[in-house]
Amino acid sequence: MVTFIVLFGVWELIHRFGTWSDQVFPSPFVVLTSLKDLFENGTLVKHMVASLYRVTIGFYAAVLVGIPAGILMGRLEFVGKLLNPLLQFLRPISPLAWIPLAMLWFGIGDVPAIFLIFLSSFFPLVVSTIAAVKSINPIYFQVAANLNFNTWEVTTMITLPAILPSVITALRISITIAWLVVVAAEMIAVQSGLGYLILDSRNALRMDYVMAGMIVIGAIGLVLDFLMRQLERIESVQWGTQKK
Amino acid sequence: MSRIEIQQLTKQYLNRRVHPRSGDDPAIKPGDTFDVISALDLNFNNGEMVCILGPSGCGKSTMLRIIAGFDVPSSGQVLIDGRKVREPGTDHIFVFQQNGLLPWMTVWDNIGLGLRHMKDKTEKESTITEFIEMVELDGFEHHYPHQLSGGMQRRAELARALAVNPNLLIMDEPFSGLDFLTHMKMREEVVNMHEYLRKTTLVVTHDIDDALIMGDRIVVLSSSPATVRLDCHLDYDRPRDFEKLPELSQLRSEIFFMLGVNYAV
Repeated sequence: MVTFIVLFGVWELIHRFGTWSDQVFPSPFVVLTSLKDLFENGTLVKHMVASLYRVTIGFYAAVLVGIPAGILMGRLEFVGKLLNPLLQFLRPISPLAWIPLAMLWFGIGDVPAIFLIFLSSFFPLVVSTIAAVKSINPIYFQVAANLNFNTWEVTTMITLPAILPSVITALRISITIAWLVVVAAEMIAVQSGLGYLILDSRNALRMDYVMAGMIVIGAIGLVLDFLMRQLERIESVQWGTQKK
Repeated sequence: MSRIEIQQLTKQYLNRRVHPRSGDDPAIKPGDTFDVISALDLNFNNGEMVCILGPSGCGKSTMLRIIAGFDVPSSGQVLIDGRKVREPGTDHIFVFQQNGLLPWMTVWDNIGLGLRHMKDKTEKESTITEFIEMVELDGFEHHYPHQLSGGMQRRAELARALAVNPNLLIMDEPFSGLDFLTHMKMREEVVNMHEYLRKTTLVVTHDIDDALIMGDRIVVLSSSPATVRLDCHLDYDRPRDFEKLPELSQLRSEIFFMLGVNYAV
């Protein structure tokens, strides 16, 4: 909290003693007023909902595909060997490089944006799931074999709970990436969302709106990370997330 | 309670070591296979507590893993009550050195793991309660393993092993890593458990006193390949007191000497 108050003060001071005009470097008070205006006339809420909707769908899709894929690749050696080169090849390609193809394939609208978010969260999730599966203490699988677990029981009672602490960390990282990507994607592929708000305000030379949009993006990012962090408080993952 | 027959058991490993250690057989080159266990014959009787001693790396853990079904022999076989061991199962439970409890489950759920297919819920609950009380963990049912002390973790693991009512218990250095007092208490616990349940129990240990105090029988293995150097029965009542049993002290010195320690205190 103190950090933000200081930041606010420094911002105001720079504005007072700087030579920039309000159009280029607005005062924090102007930005706050604009933020209030945007909120009151409903624009902000509309764009927030649009962005969060895309992130939610894309992120859930990545979780639902990425984690099972990671478990398969981590547990079955031949699947891992088969798909790992492909994964390593696609992983360093920025999701933003997919924009032209995404627009060509899915047109303009929510789908290409969701696709980009899916890509951005999918790769980190798969990679960390594989790593987590591979680092499971082999003793647990021996215990499972000793107690006659079948494959399903091994997956649900050993593999999943064992990787959960690292997967939660990966979820925190990938939701942040997804949030970064949605804003970028919205500047190109769609006509709504916080990214679009910023781009549109820039075209209108309203830097106060641009900054208001940035503040909202930062705040939502904090909230998302906070929500993800709550997962670490689940009792059955604390063995792996609690600092010793 | 089972009879275990180890017949002509051989386990070969590939020598991956490029630079031989001192004491390695110079005839074994990198890439060669060598015997860790060579044509080993051993029988364990029903209800016996057998303590297995041997220099480190002599193949005693490998032998246990084969008996448990975690590892396959290169040749020969292990029979439990006349049936060949092919895979792990609840009939022959392996108790791990440490960290065998699943850390994401409470003590209660860990002990209930082997009973998960039990139809009768009340019977299942009473069985879990029975074993929790047996290892004196009542009050800690809903604790997670990382909230327990090392000794309590071992006791919980012992309870989980016993809850499935195995015929054979296999313990690989069950007291390693425990502090002195916990070690003594845990040893007492295992002895009591054995007196009470009379399950065939194999204990690999490097602590000669453990073997002398616990064992109905002591088997000393030689180093690579593992062969039987000493096999003796101890028909003494427990608790055993070295002071009053000069034969035990004598045996203790002999085993120490056999394992290369000349002046054991």
